[in-house]
Amino acid sequence: MSLLFYIFSGLMLGFGIMVIVCRNPLSSALCLVISFLGLAALFVTLNAYFISIIQILVYTGAVMVLFLFIIMLLDIREEKSKDWNFLAVGGGVVVLFGFVVQLISVLGGYEDGKQKMVPFPEDSSHEDVKMIGAEIFTNYNFHLQVLGVLLLVATIGVVVLSRRQGKEGSENN
Amino acid sequence: MLDQYLPVLMQLSVATGFAVSTLLISVLLGKSAKSNAIKDSAYECGMLPIGDDKPRFSVKFYVIAMLFVIFDIEVVFMYPWAVTFKNFLANGQAAMVFWSMSGFVGILLVAYLYALKKGALSWKS
Repeated sequence: MSLLFYIFSGLMLGFGIMVIVCRNPLSSALCLVISFLGLAALFVTLNAYFISIIQILVYTGAVMVLFLFIIMLLDIREEKSKDWNFLAVGGGVVVLFGFVVQLISVLGGYEDGKQKMVPFPEDSSHEDVKMIGAEIFTNYNFHLQVLGVLLLVATIGVVVLSRRQGKEGSENN
Repeated sequence: MLDQYLPVLMQLSVATGFAVSTLLISVLLGKSAKSNAIKDSAYECGMLPIGDDKPRFSVKFYVIAMLFVIFDIEVVFMYPWAVTFKNFLANGQAAMVFWSMSGFVGILLVAYLYALKKGALSWKS
């Protein structure tokens, strides 16, 4: 199990670095997709199947498609390689160092945070999808319907906003 | 627990194996041509090309993508529904859960019909 953890987290971090190293924004976006897939695999090793599926379905599926369309729409070009700005790099290192120190000090305050490796859950009988489903469709029925209305409002917003743009375009012509 | 994921691993290896072998075979069997900067440049009736080589994408792509995100979230709720439905059926709560999901899908059906009626999904105009 811990071998799988190292494989997937290495994959995630490697492609996460590729996201900022790549000059072409489209390849950055596709590297982010692979990074998200590694994260989803990590969720599976923790028996968090629902979050893993959402990670793949919503983030890698829908959000990254949106990112790709935005990159194409805004017509973002390949970056030219820049000179190193040592002030910016130094500032970044200081911020990173501060963040890591903060993270270690906060996690060290908890008993669970002091262990080197998170223990992997032993039994896979704990089925989170069934538990979530049992809650949503019985106790949180009303909230589900409200969420449907929220998505309806979002759809109307998308349609109205895109319509107005079309009208302005025709007026300009 | 790990051996459950053997089919996933097999599918992944078949997918990557197909991509790698296709590329490899095309490199091995195809004739490689020498390329240089002049050969790779765009040729336009002998004129120097003006402007961009890539076309601008229509904003309609963006509308489609936004609608896709919204209906993708609908599918997120269908997943626990599909997994738990058998349990509810055994408990005799099937009717409530069925109508709960029907209400949710019904509201989103209104959203779909609205988008369809307003012509957000039609490519022309």
